[in-house]
Amino acid sequence: MKINKKKFPIDFKILWTLFKTTFIISSFTFGGGFVIVSLMKKKFVDNLNWLSEEEMLDITAIAQSSPGPIPINAAVMLGYKMSGILGSLIAILGTAIPPMIIISIISLFYNQFRENKIIAISLQVMRAGVAAVIVDVAINLAKKVLSTKRIIYITLMIISFILAYFLNISAMLIILSCLSIGIIDLIINSKKGNG
Amino acid sequence: MIILKLFFSFLQIGLFSVGGGYAAIPLIQNQIVDIHQLMSLAEFTDLITIAEMTPGPISINSATFVGIRLAGISGAIICTLGVIIPSFIICLTLSHFYYKYKNVNGVQIVLSSLRPAVVALISSAALSILTLAIFNSTKSQVVISNFRWIESILFIISLFVLRKFKPNIIFVILGCGIIGTILYQIL
Repeated sequence: MKINKKKFPIDFKILWTLFKTTFIISSFTFGGGFVIVSLMKKKFVDNLNWLSEEEMLDITAIAQSSPGPIPINAAVMLGYKMSGILGSLIAILGTAIPPMIIISIISLFYNQFRENKIIAISLQVMRAGVAAVIVDVAINLAKKVLSTKRIIYITLMIISFILAYFLNISAMLIILSCLSIGIIDLIINSKKGNG
Repeated sequence: MIILKLFFSFLQIGLFSVGGGYAAIPLIQNQIVDIHQLMSLAEFTDLITIAEMTPGPISINSATFVGIRLAGISGAIICTLGVIIPSFIICLTLSHFYYKYKNVNGVQIVLSSLRPAVVALISSAALSILTLAIFNSTKSQVVISNFRWIESILFIISLFVLRKFKPNIIFVILGCGIIGTILYQIL
């Protein structure tokens, strides 16, 4: 407990930014977990510099492989990094409240909502913006992997992409396979180190 | 009683849906339509349509929607809590170990081979949502005649603005919403 307090002093400014940012991201995220993770990367890595790109990718892999909604999983891990358990709770609130409000309102008159043309169009065109954000994030991340100039990482990226996009292999399976390759890499490395 | 039933149903959904929203849909259907018969299949289909149309995680959207229709606001909160609690406990534990051991050399080597896969998965999601935006259909059902000019132009301009000026992403998304809706009304 003492260590926790020392490690995570309650900083209301950080907690407020955490809440505000997760709230905004959650309000504008259409589509699956990887979309929200891209927006989180943009906000927390690029704008706020709260965590490194590598950490964000690790969080994504863990969030994807754990049970439950990916955005909530990522929020828990991100919040924990910033302010411990309290941070996790705040990030969960920020992520869960916007959809709860939106859906509660919609459920009152969902027939009108479903048939309203203007709402349908504005949701459809907003997707173009969301697509641009996630494509932008993907380009930056892929460039980083290419710049490592390590053939094993570049190959893993290309093969994973083909498996995910063209063959519809589940993300879970791809992550587990790469995890096994990483463990093999580790074993080979440690044998080299010993010999 | 229904509140308890809902809570445990969504607790199971949260605990067993590995891989995000689309993995949760069949589980929700199983619990709500098949086992407890709290909703008809038609209602459930409406629910999924709305959960996909609106922002936010699909499982949170569905939990709120099912909860509020069956037991009001308290139902919505209980169902959402059910989905979140397993995530919270499991990811908190994982975070603890991750931040404790992430700088250990061996852990770094293993994580390094995971990161390219995550980049690939994000890229794949990027292309999927791009297809959805400009053809209004999933990638397996693309019909060229469904090509949408307005969305394509909005996408290209947004991407250019994002890469060149690095603006706040919310302005880009909202901007697309406003300009696109106006364009559809005029054209």
